[in-house]
Amino acid sequence: MAINWFKYSSPPSFYSLAGKMIPLFSITSIVLFALGLYIGFFVAPTDFQQSEAYRIIFIHVPAAWMSMFLYLIMAGWAAIGLAFNTRLSSMIATAIAPTGAMFTFLALWTGAFWGKPMWGTWWVWDARLTSELILLFLYIGFMALQAAIDDPRRADKAGAVIALVGVVNIPIIYFSVKWWNTLHQGATVSLTQSPKMATTMLTGMLIMSLACWMYSIAVILMRTRTIILERERNTMWVSDLQGAA
Amino acid sequence: MFLWVIRRDLLLAMRQRADVLTTLFFFVIVVSLFPLGVGPEINMLRAMAPGVVWVAALLASMLSLERMFFSDYLDGTLEQMLLSPEPLSLLVLGKALAHWLVTGVPLALIAPILGVQFDLSIDALLVLTASLLLGTPILSLIGAIGAALTLGLRGGGVLVSLLVLPLYIPVLIFGAGAVEASSVGLGASAHLSLLGAFLLLSLVFAPWAAAVALRISLE
Amino acid sequence: MNWASWSDFFAMGGYGFYVWGSYLVFLLCIIGEIVLIINRRRTLHKQLSLIHKATKQEMSNETTP
Repeated sequence: MAINWFKYSSPPSFYSLAGKMIPLFSITSIVLFALGLYIGFFVAPTDFQQSEAYRIIFIHVPAAWMSMFLYLIMAGWAAIGLAFNTRLSSMIATAIAPTGAMFTFLALWTGAFWGKPMWGTWWVWDARLTSELILLFLYIGFMALQAAIDDPRRADKAGAVIALVGVVNIPIIYFSVKWWNTLHQGATVSLTQSPKMATTMLTGMLIMSLACWMYSIAVILMRTRTIILERERNTMWVSDLQGAA
Repeated sequence: MFLWVIRRDLLLAMRQRADVLTTLFFFVIVVSLFPLGVGPEINMLRAMAPGVVWVAALLASMLSLERMFFSDYLDGTLEQMLLSPEPLSLLVLGKALAHWLVTGVPLALIAPILGVQFDLSIDALLVLTASLLLGTPILSLIGAIGAALTLGLRGGGVLVSLLVLPLYIPVLIFGAGAVEASSVGLGASAHLSLLGAFLLLSLVFAPWAAAVALRISLE
Repeated sequence: MNWASWSDFFAMGGYGFYVWGSYLVFLLCIIGEIVLIINRRRTLHKQLSLIHKATKQEMSNETTP
């Protein structure tokens, strides 16, 4: 039974498939968020060292994870789009970027808000914070490049190139920043020096990151559908879709 | 063919000598601005010198990136290059090296003179020049990718900086770090060898990526 | 349940500002993103319906001799 990989890569069928999947993902994300927050605030004990401030971890760590994974996934889809010339994969890559940039910003914001009470400063040139900041620049570069090019095909491919070049550079940037940090500051102040994670804290954090996953998938599918409509505006199936609506 | 590209670009650059000098003077001005901004306090300047010189070199080489392909793009020689039997990445390598010869090398040669402004010791100046000579080709090579991607776009100059600056950060860290390590007495060999590694890495991958980007931009 | 009272919950052990500040921004970003997508779709639908009406208009002109 040959799996027809490309059945869902045609915009119309993907459009309807995504339409069915979005409610599914958004509902699970809402449920998981509620559960994660409940555990985070009501079940997880007070941390003896950081008292209550550590509860920011429940959104800080998931946001940081999401920012990194979404960049890799974006680069993956961009590479597929470049290699197989499937317009839809590049559309998905374009749809991922804003959500990834949002999570990077959130990771930086919550990191600063957590750093203030713990280390007394909003911003510490810690290796991870700095590479997170550079990751934000990579996202912005990707989106700016795609916005500057009018012809969608060239925008997709150019975005793919910069995303792949970025992905190759992420480990380099991370290690050079780590090396640079130890050069200047001596022992780095590690971000999560909180003691061994109590199980409830860990479960709370994992549920929150799952919730972020579901949320991102739902939002990215919504944005992909919008991009599909934008790019296929004068095709037949869009107009009869429009006729029906 | 490869040497032809370099020779041709050098000839072109020599004809419009002004472009070469503007990049150089930009570098000199930016470096001399910092003491005015920060104050003449000497040992702070000495601590800051490598970072200042390197950031200025980064900006100067990035300013002239757009010119790398734009003139050929306008008069159509770029299409000829794409059509030629020669591997495109070789031609792009030639253009990037020509860009380096025109901007990178003068920067590296003039840097010691500027270093004196910051009262750097002799061996720090030597390490500075060595790190610049090792680092600036990387800037041109990675910059070639950015220039190729943003060919013919409105607001391309700013866009190139947005794309390429995050990728320059490792070069900046180890370039400036080399001088600082040598002045502290740690010896700069570790940093310089890493810069060399980056150079080899970008020598292999950057022309290929820039060639792909060129084909995309000119489709 | 380790909160004595609601006010205790909001005080968050003295770090209320930081904790709620970050959660508030988290919420704002999520809602902002969803709102952005929704009105992007709404303007798109408006344009599409305009195009659709225009094409239908043309088609009906052609059919009537």
